[in-house]
Amino acid sequence: MVSASQFCDLLKKNGFNFCTGVPCTILKDIILCLSSDSDLPYIPATREDEAMGIATGSYLAGKQPIVMMQNSGLGSSINPLASLDILYRIPMLLLISWRGYQGKDAPEHLIMGEAMLKLLDALGIPHQVISEDNPEAAISASVRTMRERGIPTAAILKSGIVQ
Amino acid sequence: MKRFDAIRAAVQALDGNELLISSNGMISRELITVRDSPQNFYMLGSMGLASSIGLGLAISLPNAQIVVMEGDGNILMNMGSIATIGHFAPKNLIQIVLDNECHDSTGGQPTVSNTARLEEVAQASGYRMAARATTEAEVGKVVRQSLGEGPAFILVKVEKGNVKGIARVLHSPEEIRSRFQQAVRLLSG
Repeated sequence: MVSASQFCDLLKKNGFNFCTGVPCTILKDIILCLSSDSDLPYIPATREDEAMGIATGSYLAGKQPIVMMQNSGLGSSINPLASLDILYRIPMLLLISWRGYQGKDAPEHLIMGEAMLKLLDALGIPHQVISEDNPEAAISASVRTMRERGIPTAAILKSGIVQ
Repeated sequence: MKRFDAIRAAVQALDGNELLISSNGMISRELITVRDSPQNFYMLGSMGLASSIGLGLAISLPNAQIVVMEGDGNILMNMGSIATIGHFAPKNLIQIVLDNECHDSTGGQPTVSNTARLEEVAQASGYRMAARATTEAEVGKVVRQSLGEGPAFILVKVEKGNVKGIARVLHSPEEIRSRFQQAVRLLSG
């Protein structure tokens, strides 16, 4: 377990300097932490696909962006991923919360909870599940893959890891 | 007014230092016919996201002028973007909506922009400037007035249908991206 501020420092240490997205309870402390951080500003989007567009613009401007979302928002992000960010090779970190993990959640999260990794695989998006004992290793591995491949790379965050 | 003539009038009103984002379909094709430039980011897919890409650029490059060109079908897919742009209110963002009241590229199916007053939505969302243009002269005038005075929402009423002799975007997506990044670096000095 890490604190939200430690986790945000980890993101900044890995070169991220622009963040946008749509909240999730699992991400709430991270977003709160970023709301007063000018080194890694957070721009709230109305939808996850809008966030993908904003992040793409920031990347073209020379920033290294993160898009945060609940895994429900992966559904809204599939077209921008396929026809913008993978197509044009726009690297960014997708920090996706894992609702519906192991089938233990509210009913609206169960189908996406089960399908998420398969959807990412089907799109060819590399992903790392952030482990409780070593969040730093998962972020570093995601960043390495993102830079090597030059495409969006997902880091998956389960409940209870960032407090 | 033809959409092609509106795009040409807008481009002619610019200084040449702007970064342009054009939405997928005929708008990118008409822009490349008017003037191809590394400063143009031609979208091939991700319909609806032109204004969002423009916002990400405008926030990140406060000293650059960003111009978005998109259709009514595009902005109707991403109305939330108007609220976000109005909130962050970047002075360096101009959004030109070429409104032919239909999805022309897929056979002219009607949109609902004949009843939705999109420029009023922009105004109510906090844009500093929201205007409607119906002639090439008006397009040029409003674009010039909007430079550095954004966010500006310029609704341009255009006819349905295409003009002849329009080029295709033959650059690969990666080429569009890398030369645009190069143009950003040159402009940022």
